[in-house]
Amino acid sequence: MTDHNLEIPLLLDNLEAALRQKIHARHLDEPIMIGIHTGGVWVAEELHRRLHIQEPLGKLDISFYRDDFSQVGVNPKVRPSQLPVHIEGRNILLIDDVFYTGRTIRAALNEIFDYGRPSQVLLGVLIERDGRQIPLRPDCCGAIISLRAGQRIKLTGPEPLGIVLREIAERAA
Amino acid sequence: MFNTRHLQLTEQGKLRHFLSIEGLDRSLLTEILDTAESFAGMSEQQVKKYPLLRGKTIVNLFFENSTRTRTTFDLAATRLSADVLNINIATSATAKGESLLDTIRNLEAMQVDMFIVRHALSGAAHFIAQHVSSGISVINAGDGQHAHPTQAMLDMFTIRRIKKQFAGLRVAIIGDILHSRVARSQIHALNTLGVEEVRVIAPKTLLPAHAESLRVTVSHDIQQGLQDIDVIIMLRLQKERMSGALLPSEREYFKCFGLSEEKLQIAKPDAIVMHPGPINRGVEIASSVADGPQSVILQQVNYGIAVRMAVMSMAMPIREDRHD
Repeated sequence: MTDHNLEIPLLLDNLEAALRQKIHARHLDEPIMIGIHTGGVWVAEELHRRLHIQEPLGKLDISFYRDDFSQVGVNPKVRPSQLPVHIEGRNILLIDDVFYTGRTIRAALNEIFDYGRPSQVLLGVLIERDGRQIPLRPDCCGAIISLRAGQRIKLTGPEPLGIVLREIAERAA
Repeated sequence: MFNTRHLQLTEQGKLRHFLSIEGLDRSLLTEILDTAESFAGMSEQQVKKYPLLRGKTIVNLFFENSTRTRTTFDLAATRLSADVLNINIATSATAKGESLLDTIRNLEAMQVDMFIVRHALSGAAHFIAQHVSSGISVINAGDGQHAHPTQAMLDMFTIRRIKKQFAGLRVAIIGDILHSRVARSQIHALNTLGVEEVRVIAPKTLLPAHAESLRVTVSHDIQQGLQDIDVIIMLRLQKERMSGALLPSEREYFKCFGLSEEKLQIAKPDAIVMHPGPINRGVEIASSVADGPQSVILQQVNYGIAVRMAVMSMAMPIREDRHD
Protein backbone atom coordinates (compact mmCIF):
# COMPACT_ATOMS: atom_id res chain seq x y z
CA MET A 1 0.00 0.00 0.00
CA THR A 2 1.04 3.60 -0.17
CA ASP A 3 1.37 6.27 2.45
CA HIS A 4 -1.19 8.38 0.72
CA ASN A 5 -4.48 9.16 2.31
CA LEU A 6 -6.98 7.80 -0.18
CA GLU A 7 -10.17 9.00 1.45
CA ILE A 8 -12.77 9.66 -1.24
CA PRO A 9 -14.13 12.94 0.22
CA LEU A 10 -10.62 14.36 0.41
CA LEU A 11 -9.76 13.28 -3.12
CA LEU A 12 -12.97 14.85 -4.41
CA ASP A 13 -12.26 18.07 -2.50
CA ASN A 14 -8.78 18.26 -3.97
CA LEU A 15 -9.99 17.58 -7.50
CA GLU A 16 -12.81 20.09 -7.19
CA ALA A 17 -10.44 22.79 -5.98
CA ALA A 18 -7.94 22.07 -8.75
CA LEU A 19 -10.66 22.17 -11.38
CA ARG A 20 -12.05 25.46 -10.08
CA GLN A 21 -8.62 27.00 -10.23
CA LYS A 22 -7.91 25.76 -13.79
CA ILE A 23 -11.39 26.69 -15.05
CA HIS A 24 -10.78 30.21 -13.81
CA ALA A 25 -7.21 30.47 -15.10
CA ARG A 26 -8.08 29.19 -18.56
CA HIS A 27 -11.39 31.03 -18.85
CA LEU A 28 -13.38 27.87 -19.50
CA ASP A 29 -16.80 29.46 -19.75
CA GLU A 30 -19.94 27.33 -19.73
CA PRO A 31 -18.03 24.05 -19.76
CA ILE A 32 -19.48 20.67 -20.63
CA MET A 33 -18.50 17.86 -18.29
CA ILE A 34 -17.95 14.38 -19.69
CA GLY A 35 -17.28 11.28 -17.56
CA ILE A 36 -15.62 8.13 -18.87
CA HIS A 37 -17.48 4.89 -18.08
CA THR A 38 -17.68 3.52 -15.47
CA GLY A 39 -15.71 5.06 -12.60
CA GLY A 40 -15.21 8.36 -14.38
CA VAL A 41 -18.96 8.83 -14.67
CA TRP A 42 -19.38 8.32 -10.92
CA VAL A 43 -16.73 10.93 -10.17
CA ALA A 44 -18.15 13.27 -12.80
CA GLU A 45 -21.66 13.02 -11.35
CA GLU A 46 -20.35 14.27 -8.02
CA LEU A 47 -18.26 17.07 -9.54
CA HIS A 48 -21.09 18.08 -11.86
CA ARG A 49 -23.17 18.80 -8.74
CA ARG A 50 -20.40 20.52 -6.84
CA LEU A 51 -19.38 22.82 -9.71
CA HIS A 52 -23.02 23.65 -10.58
CA ILE A 53 -22.51 22.89 -14.24
CA GLN A 54 -25.55 23.88 -16.27
CA GLU A 55 -25.22 21.56 -19.24
CA PRO A 56 -26.26 17.92 -18.70
CA LEU A 57 -23.47 15.45 -17.96
CA GLY A 58 -21.99 13.59 -20.93
CA LYS A 59 -21.02 9.93 -20.66
CA LEU A 60 -18.40 8.29 -22.80
CA ASP A 61 -17.83 4.58 -23.36
CA ILE A 62 -14.50 4.32 -25.12
CA SER A 63 -14.70 0.57 -25.85
CA PHE A 64 -14.97 1.10 -29.60
CA TYR A 65 -11.86 3.30 -29.55
CA ARG A 66 -9.54 1.08 -27.52
CA ASP A 67 -6.19 0.25 -29.05
CA ASP A 68 -6.17 -3.38 -27.89
CA PHE A 69 -9.15 -4.67 -29.89
CA SER A 70 -6.90 -7.03 -31.84
CA GLN A 71 -5.86 -8.69 -28.59
CA VAL A 72 -9.03 -8.67 -26.50
CA GLY A 73 -11.94 -8.32 -28.93
CA VAL A 74 -15.08 -6.30 -28.42
CA ASN A 75 -16.21 -5.57 -24.88
CA PRO A 76 -19.58 -7.27 -24.37
CA LYS A 77 -20.77 -4.57 -21.99
CA VAL A 78 -20.47 -1.46 -24.10
CA ARG A 79 -22.95 1.26 -23.23
CA PRO A 80 -23.80 3.83 -25.85
CA SER A 81 -21.94 7.08 -25.35
CA GLN A 82 -24.23 9.95 -24.51
CA LEU A 83 -23.17 13.48 -25.35
CA PRO A 84 -26.40 15.44 -24.90
CA VAL A 85 -24.91 18.73 -26.04
CA HIS A 86 -23.10 19.62 -29.29
CA ILE A 87 -19.46 19.92 -28.36
CA GLU A 88 -18.34 21.89 -31.40
CA GLY A 89 -16.40 24.93 -30.17
CA ARG A 90 -17.20 24.22 -26.51
CA ASN A 91 -14.98 23.81 -23.44
CA ILE A 92 -14.87 20.30 -22.09
CA LEU A 93 -14.02 18.97 -18.64
CA LEU A 94 -13.09 15.33 -19.21
CA ILE A 95 -13.24 13.27 -16.02
CA ASP A 96 -11.90 9.80 -15.21
CA ASP A 97 -11.27 7.90 -11.99
CA VAL A 98 -7.69 6.66 -12.36
CA PHE A 99 -5.02 7.89 -14.76
CA TYR A 100 -2.55 5.09 -15.44
CA THR A 101 -1.10 4.34 -18.89
CA GLY A 102 -2.90 7.19 -20.66
CA ARG A 103 -4.42 4.89 -23.28
CA THR A 104 -7.98 5.40 -22.07
CA ILE A 105 -7.59 9.15 -22.42
CA ARG A 106 -6.16 8.82 -25.92
CA ALA A 107 -9.20 6.73 -26.88
CA ALA A 108 -11.56 9.21 -25.20
CA LEU A 109 -10.03 12.17 -27.05
CA ASN A 110 -10.37 10.33 -30.35
CA GLU A 111 -14.02 9.63 -29.64
CA ILE A 112 -14.74 13.21 -28.53
CA PHE A 113 -13.25 14.56 -31.74
CA ASP A 114 -15.53 12.29 -33.76
CA TYR A 115 -18.43 14.25 -32.29
CA GLY A 116 -16.96 17.63 -33.18
CA ARG A 117 -14.05 20.00 -32.54
CA PRO A 118 -14.06 21.32 -29.00
CA SER A 119 -12.40 24.61 -28.09
CA GLN A 120 -10.46 23.28 -25.09
CA VAL A 121 -10.34 19.99 -23.23
CA LEU A 122 -9.29 19.84 -19.59
CA LEU A 123 -8.55 16.46 -18.01
CA GLY A 124 -9.36 15.84 -14.34
CA VAL A 125 -8.84 12.51 -12.56
CA LEU A 126 -9.41 11.38 -9.01
CA ILE A 127 -6.06 9.58 -8.81
CA GLU A 128 -2.97 9.78 -10.98
CA ARG A 129 -0.62 6.82 -10.63
CA ASP A 130 2.71 6.10 -12.27
CA GLY A 131 3.00 3.89 -15.35
CA ARG A 132 2.37 6.31 -18.22
CA GLN A 133 2.91 4.76 -21.64
CA ILE A 134 2.07 7.70 -23.88
CA PRO A 135 2.81 11.42 -23.53
CA LEU A 136 -0.44 12.55 -21.91
CA ARG A 137 -1.01 13.81 -18.37
CA PRO A 138 -4.02 15.06 -16.44
CA ASP A 139 -4.42 18.78 -15.79
CA CYS A 140 -5.99 18.23 -12.38
CA CYS A 141 -6.02 15.34 -9.95
CA GLY A 142 -7.15 14.48 -6.43
CA ALA A 143 -3.89 12.72 -5.55
CA ILE A 144 -0.72 11.43 -7.20
CA ILE A 145 0.40 8.03 -5.96
CA SER A 146 3.17 5.58 -6.67
CA LEU A 147 2.42 1.88 -7.11
CA ARG A 148 4.39 -1.18 -8.15
CA ALA A 149 3.87 -2.51 -11.66
CA GLY A 150 1.80 -5.45 -10.41
CA GLN A 151 -0.59 -3.29 -8.43
CA ARG A 152 -3.93 -2.04 -9.70
CA ILE A 153 -6.11 0.58 -8.14
CA LYS A 154 -9.80 0.69 -8.87
CA LEU A 155 -12.75 2.82 -7.92
CA THR A 156 -15.82 0.96 -6.65
CA GLY A 157 -19.30 2.42 -6.52
CA PRO A 158 -21.49 4.17 -7.24
CA GLU A 159 -22.93 4.29 -3.69
CA PRO A 160 -20.75 4.66 -1.75
CA LEU A 161 -17.59 5.34 -3.72
CA GLY A 162 -14.60 3.36 -2.50
CA ILE A 163 -11.09 2.46 -3.56
CA VAL A 164 -9.61 -1.02 -3.77
CA LEU A 165 -6.01 -1.89 -4.33
CA ARG A 166 -5.15 -5.34 -5.58
CA GLU A 167 -2.14 -7.28 -6.73
CA ILE A 168 -2.37 -8.93 -10.12
CA ALA A 169 -0.19 -11.71 -11.42
CA GLU A 170 2.57 -10.29 -13.57
CA ARG A 171 2.35 -11.21 -17.24
CA ALA A 172 5.23 -11.28 -19.60
CA ALA A 173 5.04 -8.01 -21.50
CA MET B 1 -29.88 -29.08 -39.94
CA PHE B 2 -26.17 -28.54 -39.44
CA ASN B 3 -24.40 -29.06 -36.16
CA THR B 4 -23.00 -25.61 -35.67
CA ARG B 5 -22.39 -24.98 -32.01
CA HIS B 6 -18.84 -26.27 -32.00
CA LEU B 7 -18.15 -24.42 -35.23
CA GLN B 8 -19.64 -21.08 -34.22
CA LEU B 9 -18.14 -20.62 -30.77
CA THR B 10 -14.64 -20.56 -29.35
CA GLU B 11 -13.70 -22.67 -26.33
CA GLN B 12 -14.44 -19.61 -24.21
CA GLY B 13 -17.96 -19.39 -25.67
CA LYS B 14 -17.22 -16.32 -27.81
CA LEU B 15 -18.48 -15.94 -31.35
CA ARG B 16 -16.04 -17.49 -33.84
CA HIS B 17 -18.18 -17.72 -36.97
CA PHE B 18 -21.77 -16.55 -37.39
CA LEU B 19 -23.51 -19.20 -39.46
CA SER B 20 -26.95 -19.79 -38.01
CA ILE B 21 -29.07 -18.94 -34.98
CA GLU B 22 -29.29 -22.64 -34.14
CA GLY B 23 -26.74 -23.57 -31.51
CA LEU B 24 -26.54 -20.07 -30.01
CA ASP B 25 -28.11 -19.41 -26.63
CA ARG B 26 -30.14 -16.49 -25.38
CA SER B 27 -27.25 -14.76 -23.66
CA LEU B 28 -25.19 -14.65 -26.86
CA LEU B 29 -28.12 -13.38 -28.95
CA THR B 30 -28.74 -10.74 -26.28
CA GLU B 31 -25.06 -9.79 -26.38
CA ILE B 32 -25.35 -9.24 -30.15
CA LEU B 33 -28.43 -7.04 -29.64
CA ASP B 34 -26.74 -5.06 -26.84
CA THR B 35 -23.61 -4.48 -28.90
CA ALA B 36 -25.77 -3.40 -31.85
CA GLU B 37 -27.55 -0.98 -29.55
CA SER B 38 -24.23 0.72 -28.83
CA PHE B 39 -23.43 1.00 -32.53
CA ALA B 40 -26.90 2.38 -33.24
CA GLY B 41 -25.95 5.47 -31.22
CA MET B 42 -23.37 6.37 -33.84
CA SER B 43 -25.79 8.46 -35.86
CA GLU B 44 -25.21 11.33 -33.42
CA GLN B 45 -21.55 11.50 -34.29
CA GLN B 46 -20.19 13.86 -36.89
CA VAL B 47 -17.70 11.23 -37.98
CA LYS B 48 -19.70 8.07 -38.57
CA LYS B 49 -16.82 5.71 -38.12
CA TYR B 50 -15.28 3.68 -35.33
CA PRO B 51 -11.61 2.67 -35.50
CA LEU B 52 -12.37 -0.84 -34.22
CA LEU B 53 -11.49 -2.92 -37.28
CA ARG B 54 -8.81 -0.64 -38.71
CA GLY B 55 -6.34 -2.67 -40.72
CA LYS B 56 -8.68 -5.65 -41.07
CA THR B 57 -9.78 -6.87 -44.49
CA ILE B 58 -13.30 -8.15 -45.00
CA VAL B 59 -14.21 -9.99 -48.18
CA ASN B 60 -17.74 -10.01 -49.55
CA LEU B 61 -18.15 -13.37 -51.24
CA PHE B 62 -21.58 -13.13 -52.85
CA PHE B 63 -22.29 -16.15 -55.01
CA GLU B 64 -25.91 -14.97 -55.17
CA ASN B 65 -27.09 -11.44 -55.87
CA SER B 66 -28.35 -9.17 -53.14
CA THR B 67 -28.30 -5.41 -53.15
CA ARG B 68 -29.58 -4.61 -49.70
CA THR B 69 -27.67 -7.21 -47.73
CA ARG B 70 -24.38 -6.59 -49.50
CA THR B 71 -24.73 -2.82 -49.22
CA THR B 72 -25.43 -2.92 -45.49
CA PHE B 73 -22.55 -5.33 -44.89
CA ASP B 74 -20.36 -2.96 -46.90
CA LEU B 75 -21.48 0.04 -44.94
CA ALA B 76 -21.13 -1.80 -41.62
CA ALA B 77 -17.56 -2.81 -42.43
CA THR B 78 -16.69 0.69 -43.62
CA ARG B 79 -18.10 2.26 -40.45
CA LEU B 80 -15.86 -0.05 -38.44
CA SER B 81 -12.90 1.23 -40.51
CA ALA B 82 -12.23 -2.16 -42.13
CA ASP B 83 -11.14 -2.48 -45.74
CA VAL B 84 -13.70 -4.21 -47.92
CA LEU B 85 -13.04 -6.38 -50.91
CA ASN B 86 -15.99 -7.20 -53.15
CA ILE B 87 -15.42 -10.30 -55.21
CA ASN B 88 -17.62 -10.37 -58.25
CA ILE B 89 -18.16 -14.09 -58.56
CA ALA B 90 -19.72 -13.90 -61.99
CA THR B 91 -16.47 -12.59 -63.48
CA SER B 92 -14.08 -14.26 -61.06
CA ALA B 93 -11.99 -17.36 -61.40
CA THR B 94 -14.87 -19.44 -59.99
CA ALA B 95 -16.70 -18.81 -63.23
CA LYS B 96 -13.61 -20.04 -65.05
CA GLY B 97 -13.76 -23.35 -63.23
CA GLU B 98 -11.73 -22.72 -60.08
CA SER B 99 -13.15 -24.70 -57.17
CA LEU B 100 -14.63 -22.94 -54.17
CA LEU B 101 -11.80 -24.11 -51.92
CA ASP B 102 -9.17 -22.90 -54.34
CA THR B 103 -10.82 -19.48 -54.38
CA ILE B 104 -10.80 -19.48 -50.56
CA ARG B 105 -7.15 -20.57 -50.38
CA ASN B 106 -6.13 -17.76 -52.71
CA LEU B 107 -7.97 -15.16 -50.68
CA GLU B 108 -6.44 -16.55 -47.49
CA ALA B 109 -3.02 -16.11 -49.01
CA MET B 110 -3.85 -12.41 -49.34
CA GLN B 111 -4.12 -12.20 -45.53
CA VAL B 112 -7.79 -11.37 -45.25
CA ASP B 113 -9.60 -11.59 -41.90
CA MET B 114 -13.26 -12.30 -42.59
CA PHE B 115 -15.52 -13.71 -45.29
CA ILE B 116 -19.13 -12.62 -45.71
CA VAL B 117 -20.70 -15.47 -47.65
CA ARG B 118 -23.96 -15.55 -49.60
CA HIS B 119 -24.67 -18.70 -51.56
CA ALA B 120 -27.65 -20.38 -53.20
CA LEU B 121 -26.71 -23.71 -51.62
CA SER B 122 -27.67 -24.54 -48.05
CA GLY B 123 -24.59 -25.17 -45.96
CA ALA B 124 -22.14 -23.22 -48.12
CA ALA B 125 -21.06 -20.90 -45.29
CA HIS B 126 -20.59 -23.90 -42.98
CA PHE B 127 -18.50 -25.62 -45.57
CA ILE B 128 -16.24 -22.58 -45.90
CA ALA B 129 -16.05 -22.15 -42.11
CA GLN B 130 -14.90 -25.75 -41.77
CA HIS B 131 -12.08 -25.18 -44.18
CA VAL B 132 -10.71 -21.71 -43.48
CA SER B 133 -7.57 -21.26 -41.44
CA SER B 134 -7.86 -20.30 -37.78
CA GLY B 135 -7.29 -16.59 -38.33
CA ILE B 136 -10.38 -16.10 -40.49
CA SER B 137 -14.03 -15.79 -39.53
CA VAL B 138 -17.05 -16.54 -41.69
CA ILE B 139 -20.39 -14.72 -41.54
CA ASN B 140 -23.37 -16.29 -43.26
CA ALA B 141 -25.24 -13.71 -45.33
CA GLY B 142 -27.80 -16.25 -46.51
CA ASP B 143 -27.35 -19.85 -47.66
CA GLY B 144 -29.98 -21.56 -49.79
CA GLN B 145 -33.14 -22.27 -47.85
CA HIS B 146 -31.22 -22.82 -44.65
CA ALA B 147 -30.40 -19.64 -42.74
CA HIS B 148 -30.02 -15.88 -42.88
CA PRO B 149 -28.94 -15.15 -39.32
CA THR B 150 -28.01 -11.46 -39.62
CA GLN B 151 -31.42 -10.70 -41.13
CA ALA B 152 -33.08 -12.53 -38.24
CA MET B 153 -30.98 -10.59 -35.72
CA LEU B 154 -31.84 -7.23 -37.26
CA ASP B 155 -35.50 -8.24 -37.06
CA MET B 156 -35.02 -9.13 -33.37
CA PHE B 157 -33.29 -5.79 -32.86
CA THR B 158 -36.21 -3.96 -34.48
CA ILE B 159 -38.72 -5.84 -32.32
CA ARG B 160 -36.78 -5.17 -29.10
CA ARG B 161 -36.33 -1.49 -29.92
CA ILE B 162 -40.05 -0.99 -30.42
CA LYS B 163 -41.62 -3.55 -28.06
CA LYS B 164 -38.84 -3.30 -25.41
CA GLN B 165 -38.90 -7.02 -24.55
CA PHE B 166 -39.67 -10.43 -26.02
CA ALA B 167 -41.58 -11.98 -23.13
CA GLY B 168 -45.31 -12.06 -23.78
CA LEU B 169 -45.10 -11.19 -27.50
CA ARG B 170 -47.09 -13.09 -30.11
CA VAL B 171 -45.38 -12.96 -33.48
CA ALA B 172 -46.92 -13.99 -36.78
CA ILE B 173 -44.76 -14.95 -39.75
CA ILE B 174 -46.86 -14.90 -42.89
CA GLY B 175 -46.17 -16.26 -46.34
CA ASP B 176 -43.73 -18.55 -48.05
CA ILE B 177 -42.25 -20.31 -45.03
CA LEU B 178 -41.20 -23.30 -47.12
CA HIS B 179 -38.59 -21.50 -49.20
CA SER B 180 -37.61 -18.89 -46.64
CA ARG B 181 -34.24 -19.03 -44.91
CA VAL B 182 -35.22 -15.78 -43.20
CA ALA B 183 -38.27 -17.42 -41.59
CA ARG B 184 -36.21 -20.36 -40.38
CA SER B 185 -33.68 -18.11 -38.67
CA GLN B 186 -36.41 -15.86 -37.26
CA ILE B 187 -38.25 -18.80 -35.69
CA HIS B 188 -35.08 -20.00 -33.97
CA ALA B 189 -34.25 -16.50 -32.75
CA LEU B 190 -37.75 -15.71 -31.48
CA ASN B 191 -37.98 -18.99 -29.57
CA THR B 192 -34.49 -18.60 -28.12
CA LEU B 193 -35.26 -15.07 -26.98
CA GLY B 194 -38.44 -16.29 -25.30
CA VAL B 195 -41.49 -14.84 -27.07
CA GLU B 196 -44.90 -16.12 -26.00
CA GLU B 197 -45.80 -17.58 -29.38
CA VAL B 198 -44.49 -17.84 -32.91
CA ARG B 199 -47.36 -18.38 -35.31
CA VAL B 200 -46.77 -19.21 -38.94
CA ILE B 201 -49.59 -18.41 -41.34
CA ALA B 202 -49.34 -19.89 -44.82
CA PRO B 203 -51.09 -22.09 -47.36
CA LYS B 204 -50.32 -25.76 -46.83
CA THR B 205 -48.23 -25.83 -50.00
CA LEU B 206 -45.84 -23.17 -48.64
CA LEU B 207 -45.18 -24.80 -45.27
CA PRO B 208 -42.43 -27.31 -44.61
CA ALA B 209 -43.69 -30.80 -43.72
CA HIS B 210 -42.22 -30.65 -40.23
CA ALA B 211 -43.45 -27.13 -39.39
CA GLU B 212 -44.73 -27.94 -35.86
CA SER B 213 -41.38 -29.39 -34.87
CA LEU B 214 -39.94 -25.87 -35.16
CA ARG B 215 -41.90 -24.86 -32.03
CA VAL B 216 -44.51 -22.81 -33.86
CA THR B 217 -48.27 -22.85 -34.04
CA VAL B 218 -49.63 -23.20 -37.55
CA SER B 219 -52.57 -21.44 -39.13
CA HIS B 220 -53.85 -21.58 -42.67
CA ASP B 221 -56.30 -18.74 -42.17
CA ILE B 222 -54.94 -15.20 -41.94
CA GLN B 223 -58.15 -13.82 -40.42
CA GLN B 224 -57.93 -16.22 -37.51
CA GLY B 225 -54.17 -16.20 -37.37
CA LEU B 226 -53.81 -12.45 -36.88
CA GLN B 227 -55.81 -12.33 -33.66
CA ASP B 228 -53.86 -11.06 -30.60
CA ILE B 229 -50.70 -10.58 -32.69
CA ASP B 230 -48.09 -7.98 -31.61
CA VAL B 231 -45.63 -8.34 -34.48
CA ILE B 232 -46.41 -9.24 -38.09
CA ILE B 233 -43.56 -10.42 -40.27
CA MET B 234 -44.47 -10.67 -43.95
CA LEU B 235 -42.30 -12.77 -46.22
CA ARG B 236 -41.64 -12.11 -49.86
CA LEU B 237 -43.57 -14.37 -52.16
CA GLN B 238 -40.83 -15.70 -54.36
CA LYS B 239 -42.42 -14.93 -57.70
CA GLU B 240 -40.10 -17.25 -59.52
CA ARG B 241 -41.98 -20.11 -57.86
CA MET B 242 -45.43 -18.81 -58.78
CA SER B 243 -45.50 -20.68 -62.07
CA GLY B 244 -45.37 -24.00 -60.25
CA ALA B 245 -48.39 -25.77 -58.88
CA LEU B 246 -47.90 -24.28 -55.41
CA LEU B 247 -50.22 -21.32 -55.90
CA PRO B 248 -53.08 -20.29 -58.15
CA SER B 249 -52.23 -16.64 -58.93
CA GLU B 250 -50.80 -13.49 -57.38
CA ARG B 251 -54.26 -11.95 -57.07
CA GLU B 252 -55.64 -15.04 -55.42
CA TYR B 253 -52.66 -15.11 -53.06
CA PHE B 254 -53.13 -11.48 -52.04
CA LYS B 255 -56.79 -12.13 -51.38
CA CYS B 256 -56.04 -15.08 -49.10
CA PHE B 257 -52.67 -14.26 -47.50
CA GLY B 258 -51.76 -10.69 -48.46
CA LEU B 259 -51.74 -8.09 -45.70
CA SER B 260 -54.37 -5.45 -46.41
CA GLU B 261 -55.46 -2.61 -44.13
CA GLU B 262 -58.62 -4.52 -43.23
CA LYS B 263 -56.71 -7.62 -42.18
CA LEU B 264 -54.17 -5.56 -40.26
CA GLN B 265 -57.00 -4.34 -38.04
CA ILE B 266 -57.49 -7.88 -36.75
CA ALA B 267 -54.11 -7.78 -35.02
CA LYS B 268 -53.51 -5.74 -31.87
CA PRO B 269 -53.88 -1.97 -32.46
CA ASP B 270 -50.18 -1.37 -31.71
CA ALA B 271 -48.95 -4.26 -33.85
CA ILE B 272 -45.93 -3.53 -36.04
CA VAL B 273 -45.49 -4.72 -39.62
CA MET B 274 -42.12 -6.00 -40.79
CA HIS B 275 -40.80 -7.32 -44.10
CA PRO B 276 -37.24 -8.39 -44.94
CA GLY B 277 -37.55 -6.96 -48.47
CA PRO B 278 -37.68 -6.75 -51.35
CA ILE B 279 -41.41 -6.07 -51.22
CA ASN B 280 -43.88 -7.26 -53.82
CA ARG B 281 -46.50 -4.55 -53.44
CA GLY B 282 -49.98 -5.87 -53.98
CA VAL B 283 -48.84 -9.49 -53.76
CA GLU B 284 -48.00 -10.19 -50.12
CA ILE B 285 -48.57 -6.68 -48.76
CA ALA B 286 -50.73 -3.71 -49.76
CA SER B 287 -48.84 -0.51 -50.54
CA SER B 288 -50.90 1.38 -47.99
CA VAL B 289 -49.75 -1.06 -45.27
CA ALA B 290 -46.10 -1.11 -46.38
CA ASP B 291 -46.04 2.71 -46.25
CA GLY B 292 -48.47 3.01 -43.34
CA PRO B 293 -47.93 4.10 -39.75
CA GLN B 294 -47.52 0.57 -38.38
CA SER B 295 -44.81 -0.36 -40.90
CA VAL B 296 -41.22 -0.47 -39.60
CA ILE B 297 -39.74 -1.80 -42.84
CA LEU B 298 -37.32 1.08 -43.39
CA GLN B 299 -36.22 1.02 -39.76
CA GLN B 300 -35.29 -2.62 -40.32
CA VAL B 301 -32.95 -1.60 -43.13
CA ASN B 302 -31.35 1.07 -40.97
CA TYR B 303 -30.89 -1.26 -37.98
CA GLY B 304 -29.33 -3.83 -40.29
CA ILE B 305 -26.15 -1.76 -40.31
CA ALA B 306 -25.75 -1.66 -36.52
CA VAL B 307 -26.53 -5.37 -36.17
CA ARG B 308 -23.99 -6.30 -38.84
CA MET B 309 -21.40 -4.07 -37.16
CA ALA B 310 -22.04 -5.96 -33.92
CA VAL B 311 -21.72 -9.39 -35.50
CA MET B 312 -18.57 -8.44 -37.44
CA SER B 313 -16.80 -6.95 -34.45
CA MET B 314 -17.76 -9.86 -32.20
CA ALA B 315 -16.69 -12.55 -34.65
CA MET B 316 -13.47 -10.87 -35.74
CA PRO B 317 -10.65 -13.18 -34.67
CA ILE B 318 -8.45 -11.93 -31.90
CA ARG B 319 -4.74 -12.51 -31.86
CA GLU B 320 -3.51 -15.26 -29.59
CA ASP B 321 -0.35 -13.42 -28.54
CA ARG B 322 -2.26 -11.28 -26.08
CA HIS B 323 -0.38 -9.39 -23.41
CA ASP B 324 -1.29 -6.44 -21.21
